[in-house]
Amino acid sequence: MSQTLAPTPEPGAPQHDPDELEGRAADARSRRGAWIALPPAAYLVLLFALPLVIVLVYSFATRGTTGQTILSDWNLLSYRRLFDPLVREIALRSVGYALVTTGISLVLSYPFAYYIATRSPRVRNVLLVLVMVPFWSNFLVRTYAWRVLLSSSGPVSQLTELLGMGQTRLLFTTTAVVLGLVYGYMPFMILPLYAAIERIDLGLVEAARDLYASGTRAFWRVTWPLSRPGVIAGSILVFIPSLGAYVTPEILGGSKTTMLGSYIVRQFLSARDWPFGSALSFVVMALMLAATLIYFRTGGRTL
Amino acid sequence: MRKLIALGALLALLLAACSGGATSVEEQAGGGGDAAAQPSASEAAGSEAAPDSETVSCEPGETDGELVLYNWTEYIDPELVTKFTEEFGVDVIEDFYPSNEEMLARVQGGGSGFDVVVPSDYMVGIMIDQGLLMQLDKSAIPNADNVAEDFTSPPFDPELAFSMPYQWGTTGIGLNTTETAEDPEATWGWIFDPEKADGLDGQISMLDDPREAMAAALSYLGHPINSTDEAQLQEAADLIAETTDRLAAFDSDQYEDLLISGETAVAHGYSGDFFAAFDEAEDGDNFTYVIPEEGAVRWVDNMAILADAPHPCTAHTFLNFMLDARNGAQLTNWNYYGSPNSAAEEFIDAEVLEDPAIYPPEDVLENLQFIEDTGDAETLYTDLFTQAKS
Amino acid sequence: MTGPGSTVEPRGAARRLLAANAWLVYAFFYAPILVLIALSFNENRLVGVWRGFTFDWYGQMLSNGAVLRAIRNSLIVAAMSTVLATVLGTAAALSLERFRFRGRQAFDALLYLPVIVPDVTMAVMLLLFFVRAADAMFVVSGAQVRLGLTTITLSHVAFNISFVAIVVRARLAGMDPTLEEAAADLYASRWQAFRRVTLPQMAPGVLGGALLALTLSLDDVVITSFVSGPGSTTLPVYVFGLVRRGVTPLINAVSTAMLVASMVLVLASVLLQRRRELS
Repeated sequence: MSQTLAPTPEPGAPQHDPDELEGRAADARSRRGAWIALPPAAYLVLLFALPLVIVLVYSFATRGTTGQTILSDWNLLSYRRLFDPLVREIALRSVGYALVTTGISLVLSYPFAYYIATRSPRVRNVLLVLVMVPFWSNFLVRTYAWRVLLSSSGPVSQLTELLGMGQTRLLFTTTAVVLGLVYGYMPFMILPLYAAIERIDLGLVEAARDLYASGTRAFWRVTWPLSRPGVIAGSILVFIPSLGAYVTPEILGGSKTTMLGSYIVRQFLSARDWPFGSALSFVVMALMLAATLIYFRTGGRTL
Repeated sequence: MRKLIALGALLALLLAACSGGATSVEEQAGGGGDAAAQPSASEAAGSEAAPDSETVSCEPGETDGELVLYNWTEYIDPELVTKFTEEFGVDVIEDFYPSNEEMLARVQGGGSGFDVVVPSDYMVGIMIDQGLLMQLDKSAIPNADNVAEDFTSPPFDPELAFSMPYQWGTTGIGLNTTETAEDPEATWGWIFDPEKADGLDGQISMLDDPREAMAAALSYLGHPINSTDEAQLQEAADLIAETTDRLAAFDSDQYEDLLISGETAVAHGYSGDFFAAFDEAEDGDNFTYVIPEEGAVRWVDNMAILADAPHPCTAHTFLNFMLDARNGAQLTNWNYYGSPNSAAEEFIDAEVLEDPAIYPPEDVLENLQFIEDTGDAETLYTDLFTQAKS
Repeated sequence: MTGPGSTVEPRGAARRLLAANAWLVYAFFYAPILVLIALSFNENRLVGVWRGFTFDWYGQMLSNGAVLRAIRNSLIVAAMSTVLATVLGTAAALSLERFRFRGRQAFDALLYLPVIVPDVTMAVMLLLFFVRAADAMFVVSGAQVRLGLTTITLSHVAFNISFVAIVVRARLAGMDPTLEEAAADLYASRWQAFRRVTLPQMAPGVLGGALLALTLSLDDVVITSFVSGPGSTTLPVYVFGLVRRGVTPLINAVSTAMLVASMVLVLASVLLQRRRELS
């Protein structure tokens, strides 16, 4: 549709000195960019960065005997606790789960998003919305429905029994946790992938198809590189929440594997140790932010 | 543009609010400024702990506006709410919380706007220490006389200066009798004893709560439920760790469903939840609830008024209303939890009153203990439990 | 653009594989939904054990004031926060992808933080912040500000801006900017260039971002429960509480009702779009 809108130059448009114009235009663009960025930036500074400072302050405070936060005796105790082997074990395990979840989501989502993106525009929108509809029910209720599906008397088990593999109980296994995570976060992968693939000028792919003999080569040389921004965005949107997930491992994994998300929640709630919870989340955030920025900046080349 | 100006104004306000630096933050820390400024105050547990706690004086039946009730989900008969509205002509705004900890986190900041909360035993102690609760004006609660003797001097609030009991129950084990034993022994061995739990691999669930799970293990080992002895706690954590392989799940929400649907055969959980589930089950006779003889947790939820409650007199009137004999009985007949109201007993259904699992005999009661806040040891409980689980 | 017959679409086995994968994914997405809906008609109070068919839970839902209020609150918050977050998030994406300006990198980093921060941490910090902001308001203006639907909406926007921005950026990145530049050179107004060239180009990204924002808002429990005030309990928070007290089919009935309502909305918008295209 964009092609039809592309205007043809009108004859007799005013002429200017190109250099001077470009310099002024760059300044104007910079100002305009800053103006457009201002409302969201102001919002995030006020309602995110400022509150975040409070958490940072709390991370240097002390847990009072009954779990209140004492804001006078500043120290680094909470940060020292981060070197506890328990924390390292939980962090490593969480990263492992998040990586597996992201990988499976990507493998399933890419062809899926590609399929949707190559439908006719109207069908496309309907298919896309159909992806989201299940997620407008309640997250907890959905997860509990999985419990029914995976239980030893559930449909999945009955199916394997029919196939002669005997009863299987997936519920409360690590498989169930990964399955739940993939289920929960796959839309986060599909949406950016779809947005990126749908944008690709299909004329390019067609040209490639005409030149290269194989569709596979055309895909790896043209489609995949062009869709990379979507792959990167999707991977981050799946990886990060998987790392912080706590409802899924609790409900489908029987809470037998503690992940970072659950551990942080426990600090704020049952342990009532807000300073440690704050320090923990702050460090996790800093590491994730660094990783994300590096991933985005280099992602174009390393992927 | 107007939005921008408004944002700018708000930002300026905030900067002004924060410019006091640490001192202004300190005043509001964790709910009670006093708790933060004088940490020693928190060590003096009991009713005298918060010297400058808020007080009001109200007449019995006096109201000063609507009632804002912050309660556990599904924990009050809706008809009682209607009745209160009709009787006193005030609206009731209800809000709900899923756990003590979430409620605490929510009201700790102050200015929550709630009048009445329903914390469990140990949480009452924590809230008193943090100066979050209002000292009750007993003259506005004549029905306080109805409180059964067992509940007039609980360890967390010895003089009931800040709280009134709401309902109580026990934490024990629900069992599938066809999978375990016809008449199962009342012991934690169903979970912890490898011989007893033989053949029950992957069919046992424990509460996903550090204090409750550790309490079960501590009781089985013969240690006190509120132990702060590191060696004892470590021993209990090791016991849970050894058991983890046999467990299907740590679950605090759905254990009764798992038990009824045959997914598990042994479940650690709260009394009332089991009764409701057994009642619903087609083969309810195949299940039973036992309170282990080694000792177990007895819990009581309590009504309390927040120190910054906007409508303290309505709140007092509500506490008095709930302690009325007939109203207390109606509550118990509705949700099968024990009533701490001795005057209510004559109105409670006989089947509830005669059920030894709801109203245990004296010798069982003697073995039960409340969970109390252990102060600094709480982090140890959480970490040891987390470690034991994985 | 391309129809099903174009050369871009894989042929033969690859094409069938793509279609099969798509249907498998849909089956995966909808399997628990079918279970969820089926169980909302379960006569048994215990969700996992089927006893018989009943409509009782829907009746209970309609007569339960707390549930209805929670649904209303959820819809208000979801609608308002989605609109706000979509506008702000799209602006953020545009500025970062299309312009160079001072502070761009810092803004870039700030934009990722709400996605990265653990739920409970964001909940705690927003609660502490709102309480302080309310105190400051009281000192300055004497107005009593209470936590409620407004603070919930503000919080949802705070995390949704980032999600919208990321999705829209994935769309904008690498999208040929010369088109809009050409348009800007020619049309008198930049607004027109934006409206007629940029906006249609990025529309799928904006739609995707908005859908994501709506979903996240409808599902958030932790942050909402911390920054809510008296009477502003949303549906997920209420359901979360109910689950702790034992799941009953009532929750399934409520969930099913939400599903049906959103399906109806989607259908209506599709029909509307079709009619507009026809006329």
